Amino acid sequence: MIRFVAVRLLRALVTIFAVVTFAFVVLRMSGDPAQVMLGPDVPQEAVDAFRRSWGLDQPLWVQYLAYVKSIFTGDFGVSMRDKASALDLVLQRVPATLQLTLPALLLKLVLGIPAGVYAALHRQSFADRGVILLAVLGFTIPSFVMGLLLVLIFAVILGVLPSGGQDTWVHGILPTITMSIGGIGILARFSRSAMIEVMGQPYIRTASAKGLKWPDVVWNHALPNAAVPIVTIVGFMVGSLIAGAVVVESIFSWPGIGRLLIVSVGNRDLAVVQCILLIIAATMVVSNLVVDLLYGWLDPRLRSNAAH
Amino acid sequence: MDRASSNLVELRGLKVAFDGVRVLHGIDLNVGRGEAVGLVGESGCGKSVTWLAALGLLPGKASVTGSVRLDGQELVGGPREVYEQVRGGRIAMIFQDPSSSLNPVLRIGRQIVEALSLHRGLRGDPARREALRLLDMVGIPDARRRFDLYPHEFSGGQCQRLMIAMALAGEPDLLIADEPTTALDATIQAQILDLLIQLRAETGMATVFISHDLGAVSQVCERVCVMYAGRIVEEGSVAQLFSEPRHPYTRGLFDAIPRIDGPRHRLIPIPGTVPNPRHLPEGCSFSPRCFRAVEACRSERPALETSADGRQLACLRPVPANEPVERRTRVIEDMLQ
Repeated sequence: MIRFVAVRLLRALVTIFAVVTFAFVVLRMSGDPAQVMLGPDVPQEAVDAFRRSWGLDQPLWVQYLAYVKSIFTGDFGVSMRDKASALDLVLQRVPATLQLTLPALLLKLVLGIPAGVYAALHRQSFADRGVILLAVLGFTIPSFVMGLLLVLIFAVILGVLPSGGQDTWVHGILPTITMSIGGIGILARFSRSAMIEVMGQPYIRTASAKGLKWPDVVWNHALPNAAVPIVTIVGFMVGSLIAGAVVVESIFSWPGIGRLLIVSVGNRDLAVVQCILLIIAATMVVSNLVVDLLYGWLDPRLRSNAAH
Repeated sequence: MDRASSNLVELRGLKVAFDGVRVLHGIDLNVGRGEAVGLVGESGCGKSVTWLAALGLLPGKASVTGSVRLDGQELVGGPREVYEQVRGGRIAMIFQDPSSSLNPVLRIGRQIVEALSLHRGLRGDPARREALRLLDMVGIPDARRRFDLYPHEFSGGQCQRLMIAMALAGEPDLLIADEPTTALDATIQAQILDLLIQLRAETGMATVFISHDLGAVSQVCERVCVMYAGRIVEEGSVAQLFSEPRHPYTRGLFDAIPRIDGPRHRLIPIPGTVPNPRHLPEGCSFSPRCFRAVEACRSERPALETSADGRQLACLRPVPANEPVERRTRVIEDMLQ
């Protein structure tokens, strides 16, 4: 068990390291922060001075080594724009993003899973077809289209909800719904197919043959088995709690991490972008690790495989 | 009391169709109290479907008509609660693939205790004690220590023992064993058969043994039904059918078994395969594969009738008593050419 976690943690570190390296290289290859920050009509001396002060005049590998070293001491750099600690800037935005993504995750879970399970248990019924249709619509319509559609209906035509900003909780309603619709569809689809697969297994017939009442067959025998594939998808969703809001935050002018990322990429604010990517990678990796541990808890067969 | 009511279970005209395709064409079958009945036939002939239908265990798209009476009480068309009380409590069923018939994420102790609390209201310590007694009875060694293990930590044969323990938990009057040894290797098969025979002697419960292994059927059962393409074609005592099979299909099943005693001769296969239920041949369903079929067999379907010796037979040209094997071999070799 400890060995299992240790191996996973090591792999996780390698993943994070790869993401950080990739971001570091691509950001520096794809544009000059000095040009972007200072504007086009600045004298060459000013540009050189800027580069020197941020260490951009050094060879790439020297910059990289310095960057990695500072990360290990907990220093994530300083924003070129705000001259403030990049980590502080990013962490300030985390609550705003979670204000959208956590309720959205909750909606996905409480609507998506029951809808999928219900559809599986009433296969080929009107409700089943309805769930499939809505689910496909939900996850095929891109979130920017869905967001604009909802703004059009609820803000412009009906005028009942605000179209952007973060003043009150009411402002969070449209972005939360926009963000959750795709996930509800995906979870409904996955829960349905997982449940259909499990309901066809011999042990479900055994449970019925034993004389168990139908709800007990579903709750005690089918759902625990269907949980494994569902948990996989939920794991992805938890992993994208931080990163998943980029598009929606932009549409609804929500001051979260996603907007900070877009603005910072535009400004080539290297330290901030790298810090955000690092945090996103870390949440993904941690949620994957938790999912792996949950597998073992949910399915005893995997537990004994991992031990060997 | 009339004769009929002395039977534990009576199937009358039991028919099953999947999406409009009929797979069971009216099964009449009695199971007496404490009796052991064998149901034999090739895969897909409706042996399992008969009993899954009787217990209401077929998927919703299956339409089941006819009559299934348990102690005179009609089950077909009844509410779910009736079936739920019968299943496990009056009629228990064990299946072909024991390893996948146990829930992989639940401890085996819990799965047995579940049946005990359902049918005998046992909970807590008494339930655990009774479950351990059952595990002991079906021959699970060291049950106390293995009570909290999961199914994948047991072998296939042990899983079937666990299934049997679970079936016994409700103290049923009838145990349906649906090919209980097919997925197991030969030595384990023999052990499970012995266990079934021994448990029937100890508990007095009736047994329906579904199998395509005639040897196993003869060990366990007193009476045998031979099924073909959703119908019973011959029924009689084990002694009758084994010494003198009259239906050409029954005869074919015997000729296809290797023998370890007597002189060596080639096994005689039954030519062809079981017909698709969508396209059953006219007349007798077995006629295209039958070595005794005549023109009438292809247009007229024989009814199941009681013969002089008491067996039931559905055949226009049954095998004459004591026909030598050699003659058959020649006829079949002609057919295969």
